[in-house]
Amino acid sequence: MSAGEVLVVGGGSAAHRFAERLHHHGHRGGVTVLGAEPAAPYHRVLLASVLDGTLPPAALELPALPDGVRMHAGTTAVRIDRARRLVHADDGSVHRYDTLVLATGARPALPRIPGLPRPGTSDAVTALRTLADAERVLRADPDARRTVVLGGGLLGVEAAAALTRAGHEVALVHRGPHPLDRHLDADAGKLLAGRLAGLGVELHCGREAAAYCAGKLTLDDGAVLAADTLLLCTGAVPETALARRAGLAVGTGVLVDGRLRTDDPRIHAIGDCAEHPGAAAGHLEPAWEQAESLARQLTGAGPREAGYRGTRCVTRLRVPGIDLVRLGGRPAGGSGSGAGAGAGAGSAEVVTVADPARGRYARLTLHGQRVTDAVLLGLPRAIAALTRLHEQGLPVPAGRLEFLLGIEPAPPGADELPGDAVVCRCNNVTKHAITEACRAGAADVEQVAAATRATTGCGGCTSTVRSLCGMARTGGSTS
Amino acid sequence: MSETATHCPYCALQCGTRLSHDAGRTTVRPDAAFPVNQGGLCQKGWTAPALLDTPGRLTRPLVRGADGQLAPAGWDEALDLIAGRLERIRAEHGADAVGVFGGGGLTNEKAYQLGKFARVALGTSQIDYNGRFCMSSAAAAGSAAFGLDRGLPFPVTDLAAADVVLLAGANPAETMPPLMRHLAGPRLIVIDPRRTPTAEAAALHLQPTPGTDLALALGLLHLAVTEGRADREYLDKRTAGFDAAWRRAAAWWPERVERVTGVPVAEMREAVDLLAGAERAYVLTGRGAEQHSKGTDTVAAFINLALTLGLPGREGSGYGCLTGQGNGQGGREHGQKADQLPGYRMLADPAARAHVASVWGVDPDALPGPGRSAYELLDSLRTAGGPRALLVFGSNPVVSAPRAARIADRLASLDLLVVADFVPSETAELADVVLPVTQWAEEEGTMTNLEGRVLRRRRLLPPPGEARSDLDVIHGIAVRLGQDPARFPTDPRTVFEELRRASAGGRADYSGISWERLDAGEALHWPCPEAPAGTAPHPGTPRLFLDAFAHPDGLARFAEVEHRDAAETPDADYPLYATTGRVLAQYQSGAQTRRVPELAAAAPGAFVEVHPDTAARLGLRDGRPARVSSARGSTLATVRLVPSLRTDTVFLPFHFAGAGRANLITSAALDPRSRMPEFKVCAVRVEPAEAAGAEL
Repeated sequence: MSAGEVLVVGGGSAAHRFAERLHHHGHRGGVTVLGAEPAAPYHRVLLASVLDGTLPPAALELPALPDGVRMHAGTTAVRIDRARRLVHADDGSVHRYDTLVLATGARPALPRIPGLPRPGTSDAVTALRTLADAERVLRADPDARRTVVLGGGLLGVEAAAALTRAGHEVALVHRGPHPLDRHLDADAGKLLAGRLAGLGVELHCGREAAAYCAGKLTLDDGAVLAADTLLLCTGAVPETALARRAGLAVGTGVLVDGRLRTDDPRIHAIGDCAEHPGAAAGHLEPAWEQAESLARQLTGAGPREAGYRGTRCVTRLRVPGIDLVRLGGRPAGGSGSGAGAGAGAGSAEVVTVADPARGRYARLTLHGQRVTDAVLLGLPRAIAALTRLHEQGLPVPAGRLEFLLGIEPAPPGADELPGDAVVCRCNNVTKHAITEACRAGAADVEQVAAATRATTGCGGCTSTVRSLCGMARTGGSTS
Repeated sequence: MSETATHCPYCALQCGTRLSHDAGRTTVRPDAAFPVNQGGLCQKGWTAPALLDTPGRLTRPLVRGADGQLAPAGWDEALDLIAGRLERIRAEHGADAVGVFGGGGLTNEKAYQLGKFARVALGTSQIDYNGRFCMSSAAAAGSAAFGLDRGLPFPVTDLAAADVVLLAGANPAETMPPLMRHLAGPRLIVIDPRRTPTAEAAALHLQPTPGTDLALALGLLHLAVTEGRADREYLDKRTAGFDAAWRRAAAWWPERVERVTGVPVAEMREAVDLLAGAERAYVLTGRGAEQHSKGTDTVAAFINLALTLGLPGREGSGYGCLTGQGNGQGGREHGQKADQLPGYRMLADPAARAHVASVWGVDPDALPGPGRSAYELLDSLRTAGGPRALLVFGSNPVVSAPRAARIADRLASLDLLVVADFVPSETAELADVVLPVTQWAEEEGTMTNLEGRVLRRRRLLPPPGEARSDLDVIHGIAVRLGQDPARFPTDPRTVFEELRRASAGGRADYSGISWERLDAGEALHWPCPEAPAGTAPHPGTPRLFLDAFAHPDGLARFAEVEHRDAAETPDADYPLYATTGRVLAQYQSGAQTRRVPELAAAAPGAFVEVHPDTAARLGLRDGRPARVSSARGSTLATVRLVPSLRTDTVFLPFHFAGAGRANLITSAALDPRSRMPEFKVCAVRVEPAEAAGAEL
C-alpha cells in the first residue's frame, strides 16, 4: 500500500524515529512533522543528564531528519478535519494528509496543591517533561539550591539523584511507602531508600504535599520543606485532546489495534499518546518499536509487516551506581510477546535472594523457566543477563543462584590440576607431560621448554610450569 | 647443515624463525632476536616443518581426464590446456568471463603479479581474494577515518608499554599466541560473546550478545562523553565530524545498551574508566567485530571511541586492527583486491590508473574497472553474466567461504577451474587443473606483517618434484596468452623492483624498500618512499599519524554510525545464535594444518560449543554428534559442553572440511561497504544427530 502524504503530529522521539524509519524503508511520498515544542527534536530521556550537568542541552538534539521531511517546530495541531483529511494548526497553517500519525506524547499530571502557581509561570515550580523545564531548573540561583522533588516514581528518583550529583540539597517527597512502590516490594524498596539516602537524598515517604507558599512546601504531617525549586514528577497523562476532539476512540490513550490504527483507518497513533494492550505507557522502547512497525507497515517492508504485538516491559533505573530493574508486570492484559507471555504455562516458581547488608536483592517469578516478573537490585551482571533472557523469551539458567550472583568457578591451583589438563595451551602441553619432563631431569622452566615447548607460545603458563617444576623437585603432589 | 632466517608460514604476526635442515630433517626454532615474537612460537609454528613433506603434497600438475579423475600431467600440457580453454572462453564470452581468486597468504610479489596478470594478461575486472573475508571491514573503516589503512599504525612492541588495551572481538591467545607476550603488562578489556582464553586473561570481560558490538561501542562513546572523558582539545585540533557521531551515540545511553547487548552498565562504566584513566591506551579490533554485515560501521564505532579519548596518532596510544592472514596486510595493498591497484591505489582513480599503467607499459584505458567482491564473485560463477572460468591461488573457498554448499556448487559448475596450491585442498579436489606450487621454505619473497613491516621470506629447500612458484605459473599462462615474457618475470626480486615503482607515490609506498636493506636487517614499515638521489634512505614509518592523519586536511574523521540488527536474528525455527571462529591448533580452512599430525591430534574435528542448560533442553550430550542447521544448510559437529558460554549462543570453529564445515550454515549477508560476509552471527537450531545415524 502507499501511505501517500504522511503527516505526523508531535515532535518527540516517537515522531522522529517514525519519520526516519519511514524514509529508511523507502517511503518517497511527502512527510510533514508538526512539533509543538519550539526546540528541534531532542532526547527527552536524557533530561537527567542535563540536570546533573553531564550534558549541555544542545547535546540532546536528535540527528537531522532525512532530506524531504518538512519539520515545523513550535507548531501545535489544534483540529483534525477527518472528512477533508486536513489538520489545522495554531499558527493558522493547514496540512493535508493521506495518512495521519498521532505522536502527541504525554503531558505532566499535575497535583492539586493549595497555593501552587501554575507551572511555567514561575521558575521556582516546574514539571519535568521538556528541555525548557530542565533549563528552568538550571537557571536556579546557585545559592538557592534547596530542591524538593515531588513524586518518587522513576522520573522523580532519577531527577532527585541527578540534582544531588549536581550539588543541590534534595528532598524527595513520595506518597507511597517507599520510592518506586509501583515496582518494588517492601524489601527492595527499603534497600533503594537506603541507597538514595546514601547519595544524600532526603526522603519523605508516605507523605503528601498539603500546601505550597513562596518557596516552602508543607507536607500533610505539618513538616515544612524549603524549596527554592519544586520539581513536580507526579506522573504523565497521554495527550489525547486532539484525538478526542476529532471523535476518535480514546481510553487512557488513543486506542489502537495491532496495526497501530485508531478507529479511523487513515489515522494511526504511536508512543505515549497511544493505548495498546501490549505496551507500557511512558516507556521509550515501545514507542520506538511502534514507530518501526508502523513505518514497515506503511511502506510494505517485511518481515515485521504483520504489525505490532507489544513490547516486553523493562523498567531500568538510570542512576549511576544504583543497579535496579523491574522486568515484566506492567501492561495489563498484554498478549503475544508482551509481558505476561508465558503466564499460565505451568505453576509459578519464585526465587528470592536477599543480602541487604551488601545491598543485593532479587525476586523472580518464573513460569516454564522464563521470567514473568522480576525485581533485581545491586546485581549488575544478573540484571544485564536476565534482561536479555527476558527480551528473548529464553529460560533462566538452571543454576539460579550462581546465575543471580554471577559466580564463576575459580581457576584451580597447579596442584589441583588433573594430569590431562592442558597447562600450555599454545603448544598443547599437559600437566602430565611437564611432570614427566621434570622426572626425566628437566630442572627449570627453560629445560621444560626445551623438552616439551611449554611456555614458548604466549608465555602465560610460565608461573604454573615453574611451580610444577618446584613441586617435582620437592616431591610434591604431581599426580 | 644449512640454516636460514625466515618467518612462520601462518598468521600475520610472521614470527621470526630459524629454519635448518640436517640429514634429511628440517627443524625450526623461534628467533629470539625478532621483536614481534621475542623467542615465542605456538604449536602451529613449531610443527610448520611438517608442512614441507605433508602427506598428499602436490608435486606434479594434475589434469582431469575424460574419466573424470585428476591424473598427473606435464607442465606444458597443463598450461597449454589452461591457456587454450581461457582463450576460447574469452573469445566467446568476453574477458570478464574469466575470474581470479587470490589469497592473503601469497607473498607481496605474487599478490602484485596476480593483480597485474588479471588486469593485463586476462583483461578481466573479476579478481578478488580471501582477504575480503578477513579484515576488509577494518580496512574500509580505517581508510575512512584516517585516510590510510595499515593494520597496526605502530610497531607491535609499543603495546607492551600500554596501561590498558581494549580488544574488540579478538582472541589472540588462540589465534596468534606470541602476541600475548606484548599484552602481559597492560590491563586488558576484552569484548567477546565467549569466555575465550584471551577473555580469561583480561581485567574486564564484556560479553555481548552476538551481533551487538556496535551498540556496545556506541554506549562506551556515550559514557565517555557523559563522564567528561572526551578529549576536547584533541577533538578540536585533530578530528572532524564529532558532533554528527555524537548525535547517534546520544541515543545509546548505557541502560539501553545493556538491554540490547546484555553487558552490565557497571562494566561499561568500568571499561570507560579504565580506558580514559590510562596514560597509554589502545583500542584493537579483530574478526569478531569485523565479520558482520555491519562490520565497517562497528569498527568505525570503535575508532570513534578511540578518537573521543584522543588515542590515535599519539605515541604510546592508538587504534589498530589485528590482521589475520600471513600476508593479509601486503595482500591487500598490491592489487588483488577487486577495487585496488598496487600501492593501495584505487582502481577508480584516473591518476592511479595512469601511474600503474605506465609502469606496466599499457594504455590506462585498457585497464578494467572495479569488479565483484569475493563472495559476489564466487556466488556469480557460471550464472548469467558471471565468470565461466576461475583461477584460484592460495585459497580454499569450498571451506572458507560463507554459504559453502552454494559456493562448492558454483565452483563445480565452472567450465574451467584451475587451482594452484601445494596441498590437495577441498577446492583443488573440484578443479579441472591443479598446479603444484612452492611453499614458504621453498621460495624467496617478501611479506608484510600486521604492523606494516616488510619481511623477507627465504628459501631453505628446493621445491619437491615438479612444484613451481606461483610466479612461474603466472608467467607460463601469460606467455601462452600472447604476453611478452619480460612483462611477467619469474624472479621474485625482479617483481619486487617493479612493485616498488608501481607503489611509488601510493598510500602503501614501498619504493624506498629494497631486498638489500631488508637483508641487512633494517626494520622497514611502509610508507617508505625512495629518497632523492644523494640523500639518506627513508627510514620507513613505524608510527603513522603522529603529526597528521592521511586526509588532505590532516584530520581524522568521525563516522556517523548507528546500530542495527544482524541480518538474521533467532526465531522460532532457528532459536539460537551461532558464531564461528578459530582454534589454536588449526589455521584458516585447515587445508595445511589438518595435515600436520600433531595439530590434527590436538584439534581433530568439528565441534560445537553449547551451554549445559541449552544442551539439556535440546537433548544434546557431551561428546556426541549434533546437527546444527540454519536457513542455508546443516553441519555436523561433536557437542562440547561449555559452562561459560551464553545460553543463547553456540560456537563452531570453521577449519574443518566436508560435512563438518561451519560455513555450511553461515550467512552471506554482506557489509554494504566492505562486502564482508556475516560470518560471526546467524540463527540456528541444534539437535542430536544420533537418530540420523550420523557418525563423525
